[in-house]
Amino acid sequence: MIERRRLQARNPYGRGRYFLLQFAVIVLIMAPRLSNPAQITNGEALGDACTSCHGIGGHSTGYIPSIAGVSKATLLQELKAFRAQSAQATIMNRIARAYTDSELDALAEYFSTRPRQ
Amino acid sequence: MKPLNRRNFILGSAASAAAPFMPGPVNAAAKGARVVVIGGGFGGVSLARYLRRHDPTLAITLIERDAQYTTCPFSNFVLGGLYPISQISFTYAKVKAAGIDVLNEEAVNIDPVAKTVALAGGRTLKFDYLVVSPGIDIIWDSIKGYNEQAAELMPHAWKAGPQTSLLRRQLESMPDGGLVVIAVPAMPYRCPPGPYERASLIAYYLKANKPKSKIIILDASDAFIKQDLFMEAWHRLYPGMIEWVPGSKSGKVLSVNPSTLTVSTGFDDYKASVANIIPAQRVGAIAVRAGLDQGTGYCAIDPVTFESQVHKGIYVLGDATIAGEMPKSGFSANGQAKACGRAILAAIAGTAPAPAKLLNICYSTVEPSYAFSIVDGFAVKDDSLHLTFEDNRTTPIGASDDEHSREAQSARSWYANITAEMFG
Repeated sequence: MIERRRLQARNPYGRGRYFLLQFAVIVLIMAPRLSNPAQITNGEALGDACTSCHGIGGHSTGYIPSIAGVSKATLLQELKAFRAQSAQATIMNRIARAYTDSELDALAEYFSTRPRQ
Repeated sequence: MKPLNRRNFILGSAASAAAPFMPGPVNAAAKGARVVVIGGGFGGVSLARYLRRHDPTLAITLIERDAQYTTCPFSNFVLGGLYPISQISFTYAKVKAAGIDVLNEEAVNIDPVAKTVALAGGRTLKFDYLVVSPGIDIIWDSIKGYNEQAAELMPHAWKAGPQTSLLRRQLESMPDGGLVVIAVPAMPYRCPPGPYERASLIAYYLKANKPKSKIIILDASDAFIKQDLFMEAWHRLYPGMIEWVPGSKSGKVLSVNPSTLTVSTGFDDYKASVANIIPAQRVGAIAVRAGLDQGTGYCAIDPVTFESQVHKGIYVLGDATIAGEMPKSGFSANGQAKACGRAILAAIAGTAPAPAKLLNICYSTVEPSYAFSIVDGFAVKDDSLHLTFEDNRTTPIGASDDEHSREAQSARSWYANITAEMFG
């Protein structure tokens, strides 16, 4: 206790440090929750609709392409081209209309980070 | 009470600062919550697998009466002779192997207050979260003369399995030049484009094997989904073979005589070689017994979480639901299962589920290399699900053979992927 008083007395920013410490504790408490397997990101939640056709994690069997591990830039470029009706597609041009820029970004981020099989 | 010192003051502040992100009560139920799922179809299995993939600690029990599941999607392929029924039939072996407790028993009652499900064998299961996905039951008295015995002579084949095989055998043994009658009920019913895909794939079989035969669709409605695309395909592929009689031209079937295979509308009697009678439907009996349908035939749900509007902690999926403009389809049920899964995981964690989209993508195959599709997005408005866009929902009229061929390949690929997600 004495040691702490000394620290505070010596340091005019002691109160700021105190809040930094409090913040650090919050982060430490939150950290395990952020890595909880049940935690679902926006990209994954949005991607749940995609996997019905493109397969779990973006791994497809047959004609529909696998999208797991394709670079984010490529995925985003394709998705935006679908939405602009400027790409050759059977159904993706129709589907892409339902998504905003930030949603397409989250989807591209999610599937680009899925491991290829 | 502990004296307030620096350490517990900081921890206390941290906990309260983090409170909005933390589970409400962090208790034993949070880990290893008991989830019971009634129904082993597209809704129930998708939900059980989704939860298991995201949280290995949950105790998940799937109650399904039958040991084997035959999918309604692609059952028209069996009728057209494209697939053997084994190709659309799945056991629950891999569902069990994934760590889901599968009970091949019938659920007979739900107690929403005690949070228990009673099984036909006498056992009672306790749940923290219950998901009800029982599919449809046939309303036997909706067509005069049509009952369970009549269905052995005039199959509905609207629950895939033995009924599908029976209808296929009848098609195989009917004479060339015979008449196939398909009776379609008023909406809402499971798989709105299904009867018309069925007519198409039966025509595919008849054209190759019994080309003098005819198909008459007796319809309670005056229009149907993807109608222009079906009509275009029938004209191109099966000219003169399929006749559609709308409700306004006396298409609604009022009665049947199974012993003579006669199908009667208000004005005409049709003597069929094969009569496929698709009657009106409602949610499976377990949901009715639990009052989940409020006497309406289908269950009102929250359009984000699919929690019942009748009983909290009970969720309803798939054909059983009133889901606004979202149709009753396997694709819908699969997407709803994931929305519900996210909601249950969020409820356990005390958070809100991440926002997402509901889609329905439905391919209709009219010939092995000719299919078309409808694509819909759904958004929540006024506590219901509405179409995100109303235009350009389908494959365009006049699409090329190549486009139809690629959609046919996509349909088979979709089926492989969605069934792998559930049963693989």
